[in-house]
Amino acid sequence: MPYVVPSWLRDHVEIPAGTTAAQLAADLVRVGLEEEAVHAAGVTGPLVVGRVLEASPEPQKNGKTINWCQVDVGAHNNADGSPRGIVCGAHNFTAGDSVVVALPGAVLPGDFAIAARKTYGHVSDGMICSESELGLGDGHEGIIVLEDAPAPGTDAIELLGLGEEILEINVTPDRGYCFSVRGVAREYAHSTGAAFTDHGLAAADLPAGNDGGFAVEITDDAPIHGVPGADRFVARIVRGIDATAPTPDWMATRLRQAGMRPISLAVDITNYVMLDLGQPLHAYDLATLAAPIVVRRARAGEKLTTLDDVTRTLDAEDLLITDSPDTSGSRILGIAGVMGGADTEVTDTTTDVLIEAAHFDQISVARSARRHKLPSEAAKRFERGVDTALQAVAAQRVVDLLVRFAGGAPDAGVTDLDSTTAPVPIAIEAALPGRLAGVEYSTETVVSTLESLGARVVADGDALLVTPPTWRPDLTEPADLVEEVVRLQGYDRVPSVLPPAPPGGRGLTPTQRRRRRVANLLADSGLTQVLTYPFIAASRHDDLALPDDDPRRRAVRLANPLSEAMPYLRTSLLHTLADAAVRNVGRGLTDVAIYEIGLVTRPDGASHPSPLPPTGVRPSDADLDAIRAAVPAQPLRVAGILAGNIVAPGVYTSARRADHADAIALVHRIAQAVDVAPVVESDTEHLPWHPGRCARFTTADGVLLGHAGELAPKVTAALGLPARTVAFEVDLDELFGAAPTEPKQVPPLSTFPAAKEDIALVVDAATPVADVLAAVREGAGDLAEEVHLFDIYTGESVGEGKASMAFSLRLRAADRTLTAADTAGVRDAVVALAGARLGAQLRG
Amino acid sequence: MPTPETPSPLDADAIGAELTAALEAVAGADSLDALKDVRLAHTGDKSPLALANRAIGALAPADKAVAGKLVGSSRGRLNAAIAARQIELEAERDEQVLRTEAVDVTIPVDRAPLGARHPLDSLMDEVADFFVGMGWEIAEGPELEHEWFNFDALNFGPDHPARQMQDTFFVDPASAAEHLVLRTHTSPVQARTLLTRDLPIYIACPGKVFRTDELDATHTPVFHQIEGLAVDKGLTMAHLTGILDHFARAMFGPDAKTRLRPSFFPFTEPSAEMDLWFPAKKGGAGWIEWGGCGMVNPNVLRACGVDPDVYSGFAFGMGIERALMLRHDITDMHDIIEGDIRFSQEGQR
Repeated sequence: MPYVVPSWLRDHVEIPAGTTAAQLAADLVRVGLEEEAVHAAGVTGPLVVGRVLEASPEPQKNGKTINWCQVDVGAHNNADGSPRGIVCGAHNFTAGDSVVVALPGAVLPGDFAIAARKTYGHVSDGMICSESELGLGDGHEGIIVLEDAPAPGTDAIELLGLGEEILEINVTPDRGYCFSVRGVAREYAHSTGAAFTDHGLAAADLPAGNDGGFAVEITDDAPIHGVPGADRFVARIVRGIDATAPTPDWMATRLRQAGMRPISLAVDITNYVMLDLGQPLHAYDLATLAAPIVVRRARAGEKLTTLDDVTRTLDAEDLLITDSPDTSGSRILGIAGVMGGADTEVTDTTTDVLIEAAHFDQISVARSARRHKLPSEAAKRFERGVDTALQAVAAQRVVDLLVRFAGGAPDAGVTDLDSTTAPVPIAIEAALPGRLAGVEYSTETVVSTLESLGARVVADGDALLVTPPTWRPDLTEPADLVEEVVRLQGYDRVPSVLPPAPPGGRGLTPTQRRRRRVANLLADSGLTQVLTYPFIAASRHDDLALPDDDPRRRAVRLANPLSEAMPYLRTSLLHTLADAAVRNVGRGLTDVAIYEIGLVTRPDGASHPSPLPPTGVRPSDADLDAIRAAVPAQPLRVAGILAGNIVAPGVYTSARRADHADAIALVHRIAQAVDVAPVVESDTEHLPWHPGRCARFTTADGVLLGHAGELAPKVTAALGLPARTVAFEVDLDELFGAAPTEPKQVPPLSTFPAAKEDIALVVDAATPVADVLAAVREGAGDLAEEVHLFDIYTGESVGEGKASMAFSLRLRAADRTLTAADTAGVRDAVVALAGARLGAQLRG
Repeated sequence: MPTPETPSPLDADAIGAELTAALEAVAGADSLDALKDVRLAHTGDKSPLALANRAIGALAPADKAVAGKLVGSSRGRLNAAIAARQIELEAERDEQVLRTEAVDVTIPVDRAPLGARHPLDSLMDEVADFFVGMGWEIAEGPELEHEWFNFDALNFGPDHPARQMQDTFFVDPASAAEHLVLRTHTSPVQARTLLTRDLPIYIACPGKVFRTDELDATHTPVFHQIEGLAVDKGLTMAHLTGILDHFARAMFGPDAKTRLRPSFFPFTEPSAEMDLWFPAKKGGAGWIEWGGCGMVNPNVLRACGVDPDVYSGFAFGMGIERALMLRHDITDMHDIIEGDIRFSQEGQR
């Protein structure tokens, strides 16, 4: 994000002397330019220009070769006037070069204090510095070699701009114009009322376009969204320059301060003007260009080697700058607004240059920059919107600076193809800003605030017609103008007022209440809630031993996962909850009882085409239905994993390990908590559970609710869980869907005495208890208030292959005290039904 | 026990002496067994008073009344004394039994493991309760979301720089459908709600969101937001500020407040960054960034079929993790997301 150099900002706006970067940040944040960082003056103490008089390479035992240098540092030389001896490990310089020397006493960024020290057999009396050591960026190898440096001993802090605090700001995407000193200065003026001079406006003597300029053609046969890729192209020519002329120190300093490296005069000037005004510019060696320059879309398959030496295959949507050595537009010079190519660069031998200042479509540039991963300085500005009135002004600045520092003279011919459209006026009611902000602004305030932005305002009473300035393409709607008024008048003027209570809030929904009920129930049952990431590896399905055709293997894959190792979304909570259990055990927390409530993603495997309708318009119902249908089902689940002891060994209790029954009991409790009576059956083939210890829960209507029990040994082994770990997972959407929607009807409670009756039935040992229990309940009929299985006995006395199941019944009638005949009747009925249905016999 | 002589039922001195002796014996009985012996000796058939009583029958009728009164009142006093002593001794015995049954109640009794809600989920409940308390409702939506809901409905065009800045997880279309993303904010719930529910709407949307940030001490690719949306006639930015201040006080105490700074979000205009004045900030009270907010952009209302000339609204969103870290001085995100049971249990204490 852009760097704000206070001394540079002063070229555009009056800033009180002594204003600190912190103060500047405070002023700018009020109008919405947030501070990203304040880069402190990084270097203190003696940092000076030195001239290397002698550099003797000295090979060292460690394989490195160091240079033992004698460096003239002018007034900082030794007392006898002799140069200082300095050891330097870099090799990108020779005797005669000017370098930057940190002398003992200097402190470099990172609190790096320089002192004379003994090294490699010499006393090194200072340090020859690289850019990174001075905090000037780390792109450059080796030490800084100054071109046309001032005399040895000159202060280099000032020279390199290291003495000034620099503010880095964050610019939101709507404020492209703040990617320039000009734009930031305007905002500073808005915030403080300081006097602002707009250097981006055309001077009276700015030459207009004429027929004498370099031939340029714009042909766009495939505009994106119907917007031409280029709607302005200014080309200026300066002939007879000395391309090797040095960049003036002040300009090089400012470029460095703004985070750019000086390269060569022509390039530096275009960068400087871009940073100053916000207009991206390009300089071509005129001699290498073949007229006409043609701006056109790429043909699929065309290739371009960009300045970063990468050969890129172009897309038909890429807008290109080309010239015409063979046929019209036959040679590609660069991707418009993104990056140029090497063929037409300005070099040391260049004498005539052509300056390009164009205006390209935001979207076209944004897409190309993204497609080719080239977030260049130019692209950053174009994709946020560049002032359509700035091109000729910026080109003139470049021409002026070239003539001044590189000599030469501008051509009279000026190319200016301009098909830009003027900003569209916005009709707005003067009262709207106040009405939306809840603040009273007078019409005069609204008008003057909008005018201060550079907008033209025509007022007809309360009706305003506002033409935004050319540098604010983001202002298109009344709401945008409202923000400007409220922002410039100060968000701090907006009072804090509670709105009236909304009509008819209905509280939490039944589903939300039930979700909480389940969450609290499990915590109260001794389980600890955790949250896990939903990302899994494909191999997780194998860990759970899911069959190849199991629908749980059908998972959504991320196109850009954080880790290619885990690109899928979980289809079961156990997928990721298992890792949390393993982590706890690994941390010595071996008694684990954890649960998670969350969504899983279950794509149905069918094709769901959907549109992507534009912004600002309600899509058709059919489109909305297609959009909703494309989103895979994401049921709300709860899952738990228990390993180790569920009862800790203690003074009064002996330890008990969590077993399958704990998992099954928890699901029963969950169901009971939301008034659902599930049907439980054994499920012998539902991995990851143990085939003999897995309960399947369904609703009375047969809808699957979930599973509980012990995990299969191969699964616990694959996951790294302790053996005999137990788990459950329940689909809460289905469970809550089965919950009664009407209030439960409660019959009156009988206060007649209860009769207790125990019945033991002998059945085949393989008979599911649930069947026997159901028979007992049914046989006992309405008189049975509670039926409780209290024992299962197998042994000789009941016979081979048989089991005795003992039930205790609490019987009660609604209208009378039960008699012995009543209880005997119940017993007989139970035995008769269980006998008929299951072959059960009353145990003698 | 020697057989006492029968005192004369008319001899007040003798009867009085017997009574005195008996009362002394009662008072001296130091156990229930001793009291039983005393009762036998002084009220039993062969006790002097019983004998005297029996002797009344042989007296002349004129003496019977005098003797009856003398002996009867003596026996009455004695029986009352015995009964009172019996109660005293029984109470002493019961107390003694309880003393022997004493246990050490400081022995640890943590038979079942300690359970706990995750502090983040609890905080989301607390936040939901706050909004429900104001008459708002809680709305939810899917985490894997259609791009149109996540971006276009919220006025992020396909080429909008803000859409590129969202660090979005995209779905491989071959694995499900085109145009799917992990939602980058809970804001799609705004659009889903506006499209399906009648106005006015006052909702809070808590939920999980996703950005392609690597996990470190302060960032996590999966985190939680609470989003607020109000759309009604006559809502203003002042109302937005009012709600935010109210919420800040509920979360961070009566001295908390908020301030707005101009910013940009495609789905709000005007837009603001919200700073929280956090009285309990480490190293002294101060402002910290808390979330984003603004007046609902008319394009969002239009995309949802709401007329922006009739209705206005405001929206805001903030991170739950941030609030949790601030409130509990949690310094490392890893603790929140790793599922270590100690974290949830610590948050409960």
